[in-house]
Amino acid sequence: MFENITCIKIGMSSCGVAAGAEELYQQLSAVIKEKKLPVELKKVGCLGICYAEPLIEVKTGDNPAVIYRNVNIETALEILENKIPSELVIDEDLEIKNQKRIVLKNCGKIDPEKIEDYIQNKGYQAIKKAILELKEEKIIEEIKKSGLRGRGGAGYPTWLKWKATKEVISLNNDGKFVICNGDEGDPGAYMDRSILEGDPHSVIEGMMIAGFATGAAKGFFYIRAEYPLAVDRVQKAIDQCYDRNLLGEKIHGSDFNFDLEIRLGAGAFVCGEETALISSIEGKRGYPRPRPPFPSIKGLWDKPTVINNVETLANTPYIILNGGDEYAKTGTDKSKGTKVFALTGKVKKPGLIEVPMGTTLRTVIEEIGGGIQGNKKFKAVQTGGPSGGIIPEKYLDTPISYESLQELGSIMGSGGMIVMDEDDCAVDIAKFFTKFCVDESCGKCAPCRIGTIQTLKILEKLTNGEGAPEDIDKLKTICHSMEKASLCGLGQTAPKPVLSSIRYFEDEYLEHIKEKTCRAGKCSFLKQESVEK
Amino acid sequence: MINAIINGIQIQVEQGTTILDAAKKANIKIPTLCKHPDLDPTAACGICIVKIKGSDKMARSCCTEIEEGMDITTHDAEITAIRRTVLELILSNHPNACLTCIRNQNCELQSIAAEFGIAEEPFEKILSEEKIDESIKTIVLEPEKCIKCGRCVQACQDMQNVWALSFVNRGIKTKIAPAAEFKLAESPCVSCGQCSAYCPVGSIYEYDETSTVWNALNDPSKYCVAQIAPAVRVAIGESFGMESGELATGKLYSLLKRMGFKAVFDTNFGADVTIVEEATEFVKRLRGGEGILPLISSCCPGWVDFMEKFHSDMIPNFSTCKSPHEILATLAKTYYAQKTNIPASDIFMASIMPCIAKKFEVHRSKEMYASGNQDVDVSITTRELVKMIKQTGIDFAALTDSEPDHILADYSGGGTIFGVTGGVMEAGLRTINYLITGKNLEKFDLKDVRGLKGVKEADIRIGEHDLKVAVAHGLGNVEYLMNKIRAARETGQNPPYHFIEAMACPGGCIGGGGQPRNVNDAVRNLRINGLYADDKNCKHRNCHDNPQIKQLYKEFLGEPGGTKSQELLHLYYRKREEYKSYRETDFLF
Ligand SMILES: Cc1cc2nc3c(=O)[nH]c(=O)nc-3n(C[C@H](O)[C@H](O)[C@H](O)COP(=O)(O)O)c2cc1C
Ligand code: SF4
Ligand code: SF4
Repeated sequence: MFENITCIKIGMSSCGVAAGAEELYQQLSAVIKEKKLPVELKKVGCLGICYAEPLIEVKTGDNPAVIYRNVNIETALEILENKIPSELVIDEDLEIKNQKRIVLKNCGKIDPEKIEDYIQNKGYQAIKKAILELKEEKIIEEIKKSGLRGRGGAGYPTWLKWKATKEVISLNNDGKFVICNGDEGDPGAYMDRSILEGDPHSVIEGMMIAGFATGAAKGFFYIRAEYPLAVDRVQKAIDQCYDRNLLGEKIHGSDFNFDLEIRLGAGAFVCGEETALISSIEGKRGYPRPRPPFPSIKGLWDKPTVINNVETLANTPYIILNGGDEYAKTGTDKSKGTKVFALTGKVKKPGLIEVPMGTTLRTVIEEIGGGIQGNKKFKAVQTGGPSGGIIPEKYLDTPISYESLQELGSIMGSGGMIVMDEDDCAVDIAKFFTKFCVDESCGKCAPCRIGTIQTLKILEKLTNGEGAPEDIDKLKTICHSMEKASLCGLGQTAPKPVLSSIRYFEDEYLEHIKEKTCRAGKCSFLKQESVEK
Repeated sequence: MINAIINGIQIQVEQGTTILDAAKKANIKIPTLCKHPDLDPTAACGICIVKIKGSDKMARSCCTEIEEGMDITTHDAEITAIRRTVLELILSNHPNACLTCIRNQNCELQSIAAEFGIAEEPFEKILSEEKIDESIKTIVLEPEKCIKCGRCVQACQDMQNVWALSFVNRGIKTKIAPAAEFKLAESPCVSCGQCSAYCPVGSIYEYDETSTVWNALNDPSKYCVAQIAPAVRVAIGESFGMESGELATGKLYSLLKRMGFKAVFDTNFGADVTIVEEATEFVKRLRGGEGILPLISSCCPGWVDFMEKFHSDMIPNFSTCKSPHEILATLAKTYYAQKTNIPASDIFMASIMPCIAKKFEVHRSKEMYASGNQDVDVSITTRELVKMIKQTGIDFAALTDSEPDHILADYSGGGTIFGVTGGVMEAGLRTINYLITGKNLEKFDLKDVRGLKGVKEADIRIGEHDLKVAVAHGLGNVEYLMNKIRAARETGQNPPYHFIEAMACPGGCIGGGGQPRNVNDAVRNLRINGLYADDKNCKHRNCHDNPQIKQLYKEFLGEPGGTKSQELLHLYYRKREEYKSYRETDFLF
C-alpha cells in the first residue's frame, strides 16, 4: 500500500476548482500528512481535458505518470492504495493526439505558483538569451521569421507592431509601454485564463522580451476582474521575479530595467479593444477611440505602446529559444505556429486544446472533441465568439488559418470554438450573439449602439413568428452599415454571426418568416417580452 | 505639403489636415453630424465615412489625417447608402417632436435629415425613457432627444473642467447626465451653458424664461425696463443674417422700446461702475489696506460658482464687486427709482445676457436683493431674445438706431470691452493707472491681455509699481493660475500676480453659453473685433471718465468703495459642496 507513489498533481485551474479540485487537494493533503507519506502533492494548471475534471496525475517510481479522470476523495484513496480504477485512466497520448503544445506545454505539468518549476523547464532562458545574445534587432528578426501573428483576434504580425514601437521616438522621449491584454470577454472562451493560471511565468517572460525588444521599461497586465485566480497567480509570479531580480533594475546584469504591474479589467467586453483598454488603464471611461494613431505609435498616456494578447506573448519565449525558423515549421503558409482553442458546445470532449495552424475543423471537432454528443447531427461551428461567424458542415475540411476562416465569413478570433448540433437554430444563435453585443456595445458610436439593438429587434420578431419577408434585407442593410461605419472592432464585427447565419442558413430564416416554424424546435413563436428597451 | 486625390481631384494640403477639411479644399462637402468645427472630433456618428483606396474598411473623415498619395472617394452609391442607413438608425432613436422642439428649424439633425431627403422610417422607434432634468433652472437636459455626439461632455470636461456631465451607462442605455443619478442641481454644474451652445439638437438648452418677460410686458402694473450686456450687441445679428461682430447696439435699443420696455439701459454703464469700484478696491489692497493680492475678478457668475465649489480657498482674493448687470439693476431700483419717482417694487428688470449662469446669479444670495426687491427679475439669453424677436414679427436687421435712457446707459470704451476676455483687465488697468498716477494712460490698448490664448500674462509698470497680471478664459484654463497662487502661498513667497481676470466662457462673454450657436475661434474673433471697434469709437475710453458715472457718484453713491457702494454694489462668498443640492433660500438671509 502507498508504494512507490512519488508525486501527485492536481489540476487546479478555475475549471478544476469548479469541479471540486480544491476540496480534493485539502483532503488528500490531510491524508498524506496524517499518514506521513513521502508523496509530493502539487497544484498544477489546466491540462486541457476539461470535461474530465477533477484530474490527477500520479507518478510512481520511474514509471510514466498516469492521469485519472473525475476523481473524488474515495477514488483518490483507492489510487493511493494502488487499487487502480482502470476505467478512470486517461490515455494522455490519445488526448493530445493531433495537438501540439507550445503555449500549453507547462500547463497542468508545473506548479504555476513556483518559479522553480518554470525555471526547471527552461524558464527565463529566453529573456537571458534575448538580452545577452540576440539584442533588440535580432529579437524582432526572429519574431518576424517565426511568422507569429496576434492571437487576440485580428492576426496582425507581431514583429511589425514591435518594430513600429521600437522605432518611434516617444513623446518627450520618456518611456514606452508593453501591455498584456488579458481581458478575454468572449462568451465561452477561457484560453487566456488557463494560460495565466497555469503558466503565468511564460507570459511574464513574453512581456519582458517585448519590453526589451521595443525599449519599454514598464509593462501592464490588464486582467479581467472576474479572473481572481489568474490575478492572484500572476501577482505571485511577479513577486517571485522581483525576488530573483528577474524584474526590476539591471536584469541579467544589463542596462535593461523592467517593471510589471497588474490592472484589473473594468468588466466590459469592449475594454478588450486596445484603445478602450488603454483609456481604462489611464483611469478614463473605457471608450474606444479612432485609429490611427495606433497604440504602437501613440498608446498609453500617448506613449508608444505594444499591446499583445496573452497567448501571443506566451509564444515568444519558445520562438526566442528555438528560433523563428523552427517555430515557422508548424502551420500554414501565412498562419504559423499553433492556436489554442476553447472547444465547447455539443462535442463529447470539450476542453482546452492547442493545435497546429492548418489542422482542419473536422479533426478538431471529430478527433479531438470526440464528435457530437448523443447521436445528434453536427450543424455548425462558431469561431470568434460574438465577432465571428458560424461555419456549416460543408466546410469542415477547411484547414484553420486566419485567411480561411475570414473567407468563410468568420474569423479566427481569440479562440472560442462553439460546436452546435441539429437542436440549435441558426436564427436563435444569431440572436444570442447579437444580444451579447447589445449588452456590450459601449454606446459611443451610433451604428453600433443603435444598429445592434435594431438587429436584435428584428431577430426577435423572427423568432416570435412576426417576421416579414423584407426583414432579411433589412438585417443585411443594418449589418453592412455597422461593418463599415462602426468605430471599433466590436461594432464592425458584431454583424458576423447574423450575416454568416443568413449566408449558410437562409432557408431557416425563410422558414421562420413564411412558415413560422423552427426546424430545431428552439423558437416558440410566442411573443416574448422584448429583451431591451 | 501632402499630395492626395479626392474623387479624382488632385489636392495639396498641409500635413495634419483631416480628410474632411481637405475635401473642403476640393469644394466637396462630406456630410457630418457630430463634428463641431470648434471641438475635437468625437467620431461618434459615423456619417462622415469615406473610402480610401487599398483598404476595405471605411474611415471617418473627421478624424483621419490625410497621408501622402491617398486616393479617397467621398461619395458613391455604397457610401451614400451606408450614411443613409446610419442616419435612419439615429432617427429611430430620436422622437419626431420637431414641431414642438426648442430647436425647430435650428437643429443639426433636422437639417441633415432634410439634406438626405429622409422620407420614411424603416426602423422601429426605440426611445429613451429618461426624464427631463430641469432641476437647476438654468439649463435643461432632455435625454430623449440626445444623439450622444458627446460634444457637451467635451465642453463640460475638457474645455470647462467641471465634469458635471458625463456618459452614463452603455449601449442603447447610454445617457449624458451627472454621475451616480445626481440631478443637475446637485451636481458640480456651474451653469456656464457651454454644453447647450454645442448641442446639435434639442437635448440641452437654456431654461426658457421668455414667458416671464412676456407676462411682465403684458402686465400693466409693471414698469418694465431692460439692459443689454456688451457681448449681445456683436452676436445677435448673426441670427438675422448680419455679420458676426456687426454692432447692433442702436437696433437693440429700438427693438426693446418697440417690444414695450419703458426704459432701456445698457449693462456697459454697469461695467463702468464695476471698474470704478474694483479699481478702487485693487488700489486699496495694493497699498496694504484691507484684503490680499492677487485680486481676482468676480464679474462672471459661472466663474464665481466654480470658485465657490472648486477653489474656495481663493475667497479672500475675490473682488467683492457685483457683476455689471446686478450693479445696474440695483441702481435702477434705487437711484433711477428715486429720480423718477417710480416705486422700486413696480420696476421689472430684464437682463439680456450672453450668459446662462446669470439665471442662477439673480437669486444666488441676499446681496442680489440689495435694492429691497430682487434686483434683476429675470435674466434671459441672447438666444431667448432672438426667439422673442421672431415672435414680435419685427425685422431686426432693418431696424434703425435709437437712443437708450442715458442716465443708466451711456458708457465708456472700458465698459464695452467687458464682453471679451482681457477686457475687464484692460479697463481695470486704465482706471488703476488713473487712480495711482492721477493721469490717464496715453496708449489705451493693452495688447498683451487681448486675444484667444487660454492664459495671458503681462507685466505692466504703473507709477512705482511693477504689476504682474494674468487673464484666463474657459474654466479649464483657470486651474493653472490658481495652482500658481497656491504654490506661492504655501511656500511663503510673494504672490505671483497682482490682478487676475477669469471668465468661464472661452473668449469671454462674446463666447457665452447663451449666445447664438456655431461658434469657433473665427467667429469669436469677429465678435471680439466688434467690441474693440466699439471701444475705439467711444468718446471716453476710461470708465472713470464717463460723465454719467461721475454724476452717479456725485448725486447718489458718494465715494467709490464708500458706505453706500458697499451696501449696494458688493457681495460675499461662501464655500459650496460639489455634490449637494442647495435650496434657493439657503443663502438668502
Ligand atoms: C470588442 C473587442 C474586444 C477585444 N477583446 C480582446 C481580448 O479580450 N483580448 C485580446 O487579446 N484582444 C482583444 N481584442 C483585440 C485587441 O483590440 C487587440 O487587437 C489585441 O489585444 C492585440 O494583440 P495581438 O496582436 O497579440 O492579438 C478585442 C478587440 C475588440 C474589438
Ligand atoms: S463600435 Fe460599438 S463598442 Fe465600438 S465604439 Fe462604437 S459603440 Fe462602442
Ligand atoms: S446632449 Fe446634445 S451635445 Fe450632449 S451628447 Fe446629446 S446630442 Fe450631443
